[in-house]
Amino acid sequence: MDSQITLRVDGAAHPLAVDTRTTLLDALRERLRITSPKKGCDHGQCGACTVLLDGRRVNSCLVLAVTVGDAEVTTSDGLAVDDVPHALHRSFVEHDAFQCGYCTPGQVCSAAGILAEARAGWPSAVTPDVAADTVELTDDEIRERMSGNLCRCAAYANIVPAVADVARAEGVRR
Amino acid sequence: MDFLQPTSWADALAVRAERSDAVPIAGGTDVMVDLNFDRRRPGALLDLGRVPELREWTVEDGTGGVGATGGVGGSTVRLGAGVPYSRIIDDLGARLPGLAMAARTVGSPQIRIRGTVGGNLGSASPAGDAHPPLLAAGAVVEVESAARGVRRIPAAEFFTGVKRNALEPDELIAAVLVPEAVGPQQFCKVGTRNAMVIAVSAFACALHPDRRAVGTGIGSAAPTPRRAPEAEEFLAGELESAGLWESRGDLPDGLARAFGERVAAAASPIDDVRGSAAYRRHSLAVMARRSVTWAWAEYQQDLRKAA
Repeated sequence: MDSQITLRVDGAAHPLAVDTRTTLLDALRERLRITSPKKGCDHGQCGACTVLLDGRRVNSCLVLAVTVGDAEVTTSDGLAVDDVPHALHRSFVEHDAFQCGYCTPGQVCSAAGILAEARAGWPSAVTPDVAADTVELTDDEIRERMSGNLCRCAAYANIVPAVADVARAEGVRR
Repeated sequence: MDFLQPTSWADALAVRAERSDAVPIAGGTDVMVDLNFDRRRPGALLDLGRVPELREWTVEDGTGGVGATGGVGGSTVRLGAGVPYSRIIDDLGARLPGLAMAARTVGSPQIRIRGTVGGNLGSASPAGDAHPPLLAAGAVVEVESAARGVRRIPAAEFFTGVKRNALEPDELIAAVLVPEAVGPQQFCKVGTRNAMVIAVSAFACALHPDRRAVGTGIGSAAPTPRRAPEAEEFLAGELESAGLWESRGDLPDGLARAFGERVAAAASPIDDVRGSAAYRRHSLAVMARRSVTWAWAEYQQDLRKAA
């Protein structure tokens, strides 16, 4: 069964007809040719397909395109404004926070998500005081909060400082 | 595949009554895995993501007709089945500390933003992370059908077999009613890494000083999530006879260990790819001993705070 939908991705509206079984990831990659979200595992384990849905990070392989509705989809590409890379893009480059780069767009979207979550005071499993209003993105917090994104090149040692630098610049880390 | 997307709870129940072949989907973090891997091909999906009633939580006081679940005049959180784990973490850490603690360990951050307790209950996996704290807290699952209205099923009776629950084909899970914590609650689980692994074993405990009771929940170590009633009665009885509920004195030597042994005895684990039955039983004894030690330390500290 096909369904007519309009996906709002990185600031542009894309009307399209999709089979109701189509995931958001497949709709982005196969139909709209927006290929920054990657298909790693197709079952939510690896995080390579991470995008922001109304600002919250989700695995786009676990979201049906027909359920997205009016929500704004932001990919790693869309974090750049007027072709100027986002602070996280620059920090990943400066810290050499990847080797093959396949997981990187998902890592970047996830990192954008954790900055917003830290500002909102969401605790994690390693937060010492879960009742506190603010969260500081220590290395432990970054590791825990980035745990939904695998890097098979194991660039973690550089991903953590890449995220930490931006967290510091945004005031969620001392 | 038909895609059904009701926009109200009444419509959802009407659709459910007509299409018992439809698979309900909320956050999609379980259902989508089966679809993407072609493990099941449902005739229809019933998307509950547009039903606003499911995405709310409210507090009912002890007189609100919730009855036995509310403790002695205590309040109960009515948690809509579609509230994602991330909101439980953000909103309910103080009211439902055990469930919030488990919620912080579900899947990965991306999974927690989408996944729901209603979905966990619907899948009814013996490894579902929400189940042990719900059992320990004495939660009640509220289900509803268009034909017969609301049924309230204690969590301990909700799980009927491996990935089976007490839902009738025309029913949907509306909410879970969780008594607000009146004492410390703990949750632990064992896995090969912190994120994105199914628990090898899990345990939750809750102290209920208002009714001088202990709650437990075992995960991944039996065909269903289950309580350890003998361990609960044993610990509550020992605390009572030593006057510890009032004195908040130290736990006698060996009591936490004896509690752990009784928790392990209540499990009926199997050997599988994630772990052996013997390891599961051993780890349960350790988790139960540690978690009750932590919970008791918190109970002692609460008094010092109050004093």
